Amino acid sequence: MAELLQVNNLVTQFKTESGLVKAVDGVSYYIDEQEIVGLVGESGCGKSVSQLSVMQLISAPGEIAGGEVIFEGRDLLKYEANGPEMRSVRGAKIAMIFQEPMTSLNPVLTIGQQLTEMLQLHIKMDGDTARKRAIELMSMVGISGAEDRIDDYPHHFSGGMRQRVMIAMALSCNPRIIIADEPTTSLDVTTQAQLLELMKDMVQRFRTSLVIVTHNLGVVARYAQRIYIMYAGRIVESGTTKDIFINPRHPYTIGLLKCIPRLDAEEGTKLVPIEGLPPNLINMPATCAFLPRCSYRLERCAKEPWPPLTPVNGNHYIRCYADTKEKNK
Amino acid sequence: MAEKNTIAEEFQETPPRVSEWRRFWRVFLQRKIVIFGMAVLLVLVIVAIFANLLAPYDPYRGEMADSLQQPNSTYWLGTDIQGRDTLSRLIFGTRTALMVGFVTVGIAAIIGFTLGLIAGYFGGIPSMIIMRIMDALMGFPMLILAMLLAAVLGGGIQNVIIALSIATVPAYARVMNGLTLSIRENDYILAERSMGADNLRIMLRHILPNALAPMIVLITLQLGGLIMAEAALSFLGIGIKPPGAAWGAMVNDGYRFLSMNPVLSFAPGIAIMLVVFAFNMVGDGLRDALDPRLRGIL
Repeated sequence: MAELLQVNNLVTQFKTESGLVKAVDGVSYYIDEQEIVGLVGESGCGKSVSQLSVMQLISAPGEIAGGEVIFEGRDLLKYEANGPEMRSVRGAKIAMIFQEPMTSLNPVLTIGQQLTEMLQLHIKMDGDTARKRAIELMSMVGISGAEDRIDDYPHHFSGGMRQRVMIAMALSCNPRIIIADEPTTSLDVTTQAQLLELMKDMVQRFRTSLVIVTHNLGVVARYAQRIYIMYAGRIVESGTTKDIFINPRHPYTIGLLKCIPRLDAEEGTKLVPIEGLPPNLINMPATCAFLPRCSYRLERCAKEPWPPLTPVNGNHYIRCYADTKEKNK
Repeated sequence: MAEKNTIAEEFQETPPRVSEWRRFWRVFLQRKIVIFGMAVLLVLVIVAIFANLLAPYDPYRGEMADSLQQPNSTYWLGTDIQGRDTLSRLIFGTRTALMVGFVTVGIAAIIGFTLGLIAGYFGGIPSMIIMRIMDALMGFPMLILAMLLAAVLGGGIQNVIIALSIATVPAYARVMNGLTLSIRENDYILAERSMGADNLRIMLRHILPNALAPMIVLITLQLGGLIMAEAALSFLGIGIKPPGAAWGAMVNDGYRFLSMNPVLSFAPGIAIMLVVFAFNMVGDGLRDALDPRLRGIL
């Protein structure tokens, strides 16, 4: 399948009073057509910022300092951030779903008004057609009685229902890619499962690609075909979901997997946390950012700069000197 | 999906639908004082509109022979020194007062909202320029500034409206600026941008409606203040020019005869008080009904 989106060497930085924060520091990845990709990392590792950068939605004091975002053969970063070209991509070609369904809908407009807005804006539908389409979309994402509920306000909806509306909105213009930024983080577990299942069904039905941004490996395990692991503004490991879960190679990924409680573990097995805290992103050293927390560290790690992503096996890449394979077993 | 959900759907109760409007009216008219305020305003608006039909005499020309009459069956509220019927002047004064109030608020709100919205949304240099000018204007107390402007521009209903508008714009701009600053940080604004909306659409369709409720309350509360300010200007003789009928001017005309004929000053004085009171009560009621923080509690 063809590559739909290719991000090369993306750098996004924030100018703060205490220094330059490189929230995203040379991130490269790609998304194939109709592919589900997971982007995993802990809070503050730059996963959301990288996605907002793709959409050019970074506002001051942040700025995109370099790199390119190739989408349908054109570099999106060449477009003016609020210009008509960029706006015709947002929503219509690449849509986003945000973390907080409770606050992502405008409280003073009805669900219908918000759903039809995009259809009228991007596809130039007239009011009646857009309304019919909105009702259709609402039933598709599992909102019962859509004809009645279309005139409700967001506060009549629960969190899960609102996230369904957000999914319907994201789908409304038939985008090529949907970026879901922690779509289920603020929902309870049963709703999470329903919504992930729904999203999977929908991207198959609409033939779109999906990027799931999350801090929860469990969320992507079942749905993503490929996974990128981010740490301190960089991608530290990438590979197929199988690679990452069966054969993790970067010490950070290994650590993450050890943190997940397992029901099938023997009684008395302790969870192994990753020691220490994520680094402060101000004035980072050139060496590996995970070094202070790493249990596999070698002498050369402290001396040499952070290695680039190197293939370990086919499409599986890591950014590490240590030979974690043997120790891990 | 469809088959799987049929059972689930049976269990999904549709919540009772409460119309937003009904909820608004119920809360708004909860307090008797608000109903009283609304009633007063309704009567005054009708009086202002039909002043020509309601006034028993010409408010501008009187019979010199009937000068300074006490209230009697011919002149219900007596006459002033020029023999003009106080009731007729009061009725036409209502028209002046309400017109000055509504037109001024309209002009000032449109200009103030626009400036505040632009300053708050774009920030940076536009905000600097707009808000510093507003701060400078706000440095003067509203009434002093209005007096200054009215004195420079000269009297007359137009100039009073211009002076009061300029004096009130900063208040609107400032509140709108603050509201915009907080609203634009909401997730739904980012979500809206992520869906390709441009700045104008976000400002008019997403920020403005969210700011409207507090602004409506502010407007209503300001109306009372503006009518008061117009009365003050007219009282001081820099407002509505004679022989125009204005409550402030009537109080001034009458106060020399206070001991002899107190109705002359008291009638317009009470009218001013009643209007300001009514607007404040209605403003309070609107605040209770529109303030989202009270939603769900009441």
